Amino acid sequence: MSSLIDAGFPVLPELTDRNRHFWQGGRDGKLVFLRCQDCGYYLHPPSPLCPRDRSAHLAPEAVSGRGTLASYTVNHQRWLPGPEPPYVIGLVELVEQAGLRLTTNLVNCDPDSVRIGMEVRVVFAHRADPGGDIWLPLFEPADGSPERLS
Amino acid sequence: MSTEDTAERRCAITGIGQSDVGRRLHRDPLVLTLDACLAAVDDAGLGLQDIDGVSTYPGAMMQPRGFNGAGAYDVIDALRLEVDWYDSGVETSGQLGSVMKACMAVGAGMANHVLCFRSVWEGSAQGGGGRASLMAANQAPGGPIYAGGISEWTLPFGSASAACWIAMYAQAHMDRYGTTTEQLAQIALNARRNAEVNPQAVYRDPLTMDDYLAARIITTPLRLFDCDVPCDGATAFIVSRRDRAGDLRKPPVFFEAMGAALHDRPSWDQLRDLTRTVGADAAAQMWSRTALTPADVDIAELYDGFSFLTLLWLEGLGLCPVGESGAFVEGGGRIARDGELPLNTQGGQLSAGRLHGYGFLHEAVVQLRGEGGDRQVPTRPEVAAVAAGGGNTCGCMLLRTGG
Repeated sequence: MSSLIDAGFPVLPELTDRNRHFWQGGRDGKLVFLRCQDCGYYLHPPSPLCPRDRSAHLAPEAVSGRGTLASYTVNHQRWLPGPEPPYVIGLVELVEQAGLRLTTNLVNCDPDSVRIGMEVRVVFAHRADPGGDIWLPLFEPADGSPERLS
Repeated sequence: MSTEDTAERRCAITGIGQSDVGRRLHRDPLVLTLDACLAAVDDAGLGLQDIDGVSTYPGAMMQPRGFNGAGAYDVIDALRLEVDWYDSGVETSGQLGSVMKACMAVGAGMANHVLCFRSVWEGSAQGGGGRASLMAANQAPGGPIYAGGISEWTLPFGSASAACWIAMYAQAHMDRYGTTTEQLAQIALNARRNAEVNPQAVYRDPLTMDDYLAARIITTPLRLFDCDVPCDGATAFIVSRRDRAGDLRKPPVFFEAMGAALHDRPSWDQLRDLTRTVGADAAAQMWSRTALTPADVDIAELYDGFSFLTLLWLEGLGLCPVGESGAFVEGGGRIARDGELPLNTQGGQLSAGRLHGYGFLHEAVVQLRGEGGDRQVPTRPEVAAVAAGGGNTCGCMLLRTGG
């Protein structure tokens, strides 16, 4: 299985003022979401108003980077140029808030060992680009998990 | 609510039409669209001068190639229709949202006979290259694709197809409820058995469980035969005022209820419950608009763009208990044409071709009229449940015979 840390798909997010915190937080090793400064709610994807209290007082805040795997699929189809399948796509829910979730890849583990509910932690994959470097948030099994390869 | 004069109760389907359907016809998509539209008008015993409304999903779209063959303006202009109402749009309650809107227009007295159509040419557009991924907005020559919109959060991770997104729902369902691969397979196997006796179906060769299991994995747990077959084809309906339906060529099929609700996030990866379709919101609304219950449903034509979506619709519509769709379809007997709840009697999109939603309503009308030929269910079905869409775009309706 390809290492998605080292080389990714030739697809990058279009950086905007609204999403920059998420795609570049990894420069400092941080997974960052917008958080409502009035009620504390994290939201994702970024949006102008807090979904809970409609406040516009939102600011980027780092989370711990720890989460659990809500679901996954081992993809075998070559949809895109770049890394050869199979690779693991996952939905990770961050520990800070129920329902705070992102699509990502699982790396540094055997696809056969992936289980819903497993504890994972963020690891960033740097992608250079003239339009602005990106740090893709990927996830690997958390410390102490026997699935970790290294 | 059950005896109320709802918009859809004022409507009937009086005509249906379908173009040639094939894997790669390499014919002008507008021609296929017009074939279906004219067939529907003729089926209803109407003339073009009677058509005073047009509704279509998704409307004119250039990308992805093949996703749409013609928009509302294309058809209005080609046929020189003069309409009192028309609409198209992609942000709607599944592909059949376009038919629901036609019911609302007719119910509101804006039009009498609305031509609804859906036209695809994905088979020819994809050529020999296989199923397309969803590609993003911009690509610099030789450079990366820059993804925006919904693609921004999925494409950079190689999650480039609805197959990947739906696979994750399926995995979660298997994990939570113990749904098995062999149970999921029944959707594909049942569809193929029905396609064997549907001359318009794209894939008609027998399909066994061994064939299903031996086929390649696309993205776990989905295999090749869990994914629908891109094709070229167009389907059309005439939605007419109920009090104008009795004099026409065919027995009308009446709308009993419809559901368009969306109470979850309109997202593929941010749904609150990965094992529940947002179609359940539409279904709840639909059931609130009728005195009928799931026990009254005689046949079910439920979206199978990916097989797992059909399991979700069975649960979402209350045709089986939540979490038990696997057991419901176990062995395939219950959902066969001679079973308790015949399902996807035309062969679904899995075998009859990815006509993208409209094929299910077309088949429901065929069955309720008793025009199914070799695939006609042996009972006399009176009530059909029809559902189209998956992920964040879902809608459903009940159709019935008689007055």
